[in-house]
Amino acid sequence: MWDFIKLIALGAVAVLAALAATQARDLPYLVNAIEVVLAAAIAGYWIYKTRGQGSSASPYEYNDGVIRAGVIATVLWGVVGFLVGTTIAFQLAFPALNFEWAQGYLNFGKLRPLHTSAVIFAFGGNALIATSFYVVQRTSAARLFGGNLAWFVFWGYNLFIVLAATGYILGATQSKEYAEPEWYVDWWLTIVWVFYLIVFLGTIFKRKEPHIYVANWFYLSFIVTIAMLHIVNNLAIPVSFFGSKSVQLFSGVQDAMTQWWYGHNAVGFFLTAGFLGMMYYFVPKQAERPVYSYKLSIVHFWALIFLYIWAGPHHLHYTALPDWASTLGMVFSIMLWMPSWGGMINGLMTLSGAWDKLRTDPVIRMMVVSVGFYGMSTFEGPMMSIKAVNSLSHYTDWTIGHVHSGALGWNGMITFGALYFLVPRLWSRERLYSLTLVSWHFWLATIGIVLYASSMWVSGIMQGLMWREVDSQGFLVNAFADTVAAMHPMYVTRGIGGVLYLTGGVIMAYNLWATVAKQPRNESASVAAVPAE
Amino acid sequence: MTEKPVKPTKVEVETTGHEWDGIEELNTPLPRWWLWIFYACVVWALLYSVAYPAWPLVNGATPGLLGASTRKAVEEDIARFDARLAPIEAKLVETDLTEISADPDLANYTQNAGAAVFRTWCAQCHGAGAGGNVGYPNLLDDDWIHGGSIEDIYTTVMHGIRATDDPDTRYVAPMAAWSELLEPEEISNVVEYVLLISGQDHDAAMAGEGALVFEDNCAACHGEDGKGMREMGSPNLTDGIWLYGGDRATITETVAYGRAGVMPAWGYAEEGAIPRLSEADVRAVAAYVHSLGGGE
Ligand code: HEM
Ligand code: HEM
Repeated sequence: MWDFIKLIALGAVAVLAALAATQARDLPYLVNAIEVVLAAAIAGYWIYKTRGQGSSASPYEYNDGVIRAGVIATVLWGVVGFLVGTTIAFQLAFPALNFEWAQGYLNFGKLRPLHTSAVIFAFGGNALIATSFYVVQRTSAARLFGGNLAWFVFWGYNLFIVLAATGYILGATQSKEYAEPEWYVDWWLTIVWVFYLIVFLGTIFKRKEPHIYVANWFYLSFIVTIAMLHIVNNLAIPVSFFGSKSVQLFSGVQDAMTQWWYGHNAVGFFLTAGFLGMMYYFVPKQAERPVYSYKLSIVHFWALIFLYIWAGPHHLHYTALPDWASTLGMVFSIMLWMPSWGGMINGLMTLSGAWDKLRTDPVIRMMVVSVGFYGMSTFEGPMMSIKAVNSLSHYTDWTIGHVHSGALGWNGMITFGALYFLVPRLWSRERLYSLTLVSWHFWLATIGIVLYASSMWVSGIMQGLMWREVDSQGFLVNAFADTVAAMHPMYVTRGIGGVLYLTGGVIMAYNLWATVAKQPRNESASVAAVPAE
Repeated sequence: MTEKPVKPTKVEVETTGHEWDGIEELNTPLPRWWLWIFYACVVWALLYSVAYPAWPLVNGATPGLLGASTRKAVEEDIARFDARLAPIEAKLVETDLTEISADPDLANYTQNAGAAVFRTWCAQCHGAGAGGNVGYPNLLDDDWIHGGSIEDIYTTVMHGIRATDDPDTRYVAPMAAWSELLEPEEISNVVEYVLLISGQDHDAAMAGEGALVFEDNCAACHGEDGKGMREMGSPNLTDGIWLYGGDRATITETVAYGRAGVMPAWGYAEEGAIPRLSEADVRAVAAYVHSLGGGE
């Protein structure tokens, strides 16, 4: 019966999308509509083939299939995102790599948003969804709520990514950083996200543990806040229902403020809160140590949630934004320093009593470096939000260095650690294929980050100083082109850092694949949902 | 907060008694240094927000005790520089263009100010060192399309070239797309002729034919001898200095599709608007460019 309803719904979606395709006013809309038809057809075929089988899984077992899919997607999108990042790094260093034949499709302007979305939303987002499904089941001792809804969330989210990515390449964008997808893609993500919230909350309601584990607070705050940010920042009126273009509801400085309220909290809740959820589960598990301080976790959680929301204006210092908003953005960022470090302290100190593992376990080493970079970028961030510092750092590569010490160091490394933890367990393998390869990955990634961050600090500070350099009569000393020429060696260094980081990612992909393909199955592994008592 | 901070060791601290999937939590108190730095940041934030514009109220935000305003600060900075430069700029505007280089103060000032204007506005096209780019002439040599005296340079900067907004611009007829008017064979021939007069390898027979094509079509602008005419804005074709390139392929493209370079009118603005460059700025950059080596 359910299958029947689903088939009708998918049929309707396919027909509507096909109709929309015939009316399409622009190429990205046409291609996106065709993609929707294909997705609906494939989903329909699958449901038709498996109809009437019901769910064979026992309600007392964890739903791990969707997590396995999420892990695969995370690895694939990660490698793609790093590859595109490395490509644009070299395009900046050697402009000749922006080829004439690729103009309008594959050159820097198109690839940059593809990179940011691939790494943040495709790599980071899949990692967050997969790990949150894993963690919430384990720490609630309950199977995911909603049966196959979790699969809908996984496929729906990845369809969102494909729609967004093809849209960028073909030119559909709202030109808002990290919120580039156009209106119908935003609508789709909203639907998927609401179901994500339902699956997650439903599982928490079903839990057999008396309390909600701290990792789940962080995941939940991430899901709820992202929903709010996404909806408000994407309020727009489509020019036509059959075209990709839309007009923003806000304009001018209001639009800028909404955008950076969104932008900063995408950092705060997507790249920070969600990943802290990851840290709070995988670090104690891998270290086999209790979490350092329960009190600290409560206090820094609430402080973080309350303070992050107000810090957005530090992205708009010395612009059309009124001074008062700028001040508030700055002081709230300063107050964010310690709440952020609370997470770092809890992560690092959880290892006390297990420091010797740093020598023997490269996965723990990855997690420690990750938390270290988290601490570093959350010191750097508040410092950059001070107006006097920002007047130097803003618009320069210093920001880019800050972004990537957080992104490569914190988000990347904690995700790698979680993946190395998850794969043997999800596929019931005794252990990873090769710890030596993990070590290789660790060193390549770490050196890559160091090259990336240090070259961008040098380049950013130099750029800022050259821009403001004036002679004794008050005239500018450098032309913009002079600063570009001076940055060249740093751009090459950054590109090399990217190659190292990407190579590490490829090694990880191989190691994880080999773990599944070449390691013997561990039959005793249990997936039963029992409370930990 | 009465008990004194005994540093807890791992052994003494209890867990909270909860457990999730094997994870327990210790009941370690908040690290003291952490808490105090956090308090210090909060106190500092409050003080700062009292001192500077911060809290939005119904009719605007609190102005802050220090009365600070970034917009005011910028205005003051600009006013300070304007006031400092006002005397020398006034003198620059009053002095005849040709007299500038003779006055040591003005010469020094235009070197600095002109170079700054150049880096900010001109370098994008003409290159940071004024060496030019394809389509944008080199300003270091003495090959001038529109004249290299300081008055000529001043007029070019002030009003631009083919700048559609300024009625006083140097409006020079664009070079036609000759593929619409000539046979392909005639174009090939005239290209060989241009190669000949610029002293490059060429096909003599074709160049001979091309000479006639040149006389009938090109000489009106580029002159009988191909040496160009400033009043037409037509470049000299014999000197080996090329705006777009002097190889066979580029010359063929130039002849077949035409050229019409544009330079903005830097000193022009519509009634009531402020031009990008002031009179003093234009004079300064003209004097600077004139001094680069090719000035006449
Ligand atoms: C191999 C690794 C990577 C390389 C080589 C790389 C390279 C780059 C480059 C060249 C840019 C453009 C900078 C500019 O416009 O000046 C960029 C932007 C960006 N990247 Fe990466 N990236 C990598 C990995 C990542 C990861 C893993 C993340 C996030 C999880 C990330 C997030 C971002 C963001 C957010 C921006 C935009 C920054 C801004 O606008 O301020 N990148 N990246
Ligand atoms: C307490 C924590 C943090 C604060 C106060 C903070 C503050 C800042 C500031 C002041 C900027 C520069 C804005 C500008 O001049 O345009 C910035 C940029 C950025 N930060 Fe942070 N940061 C923090 C942590 C992080 C972390 C952990 C990450 C990532 C993993 C991150 C990612 C970014 C990104 C992506 C940008 C670039 C935004 C853009 O211009 O495209 N930040 N941050």
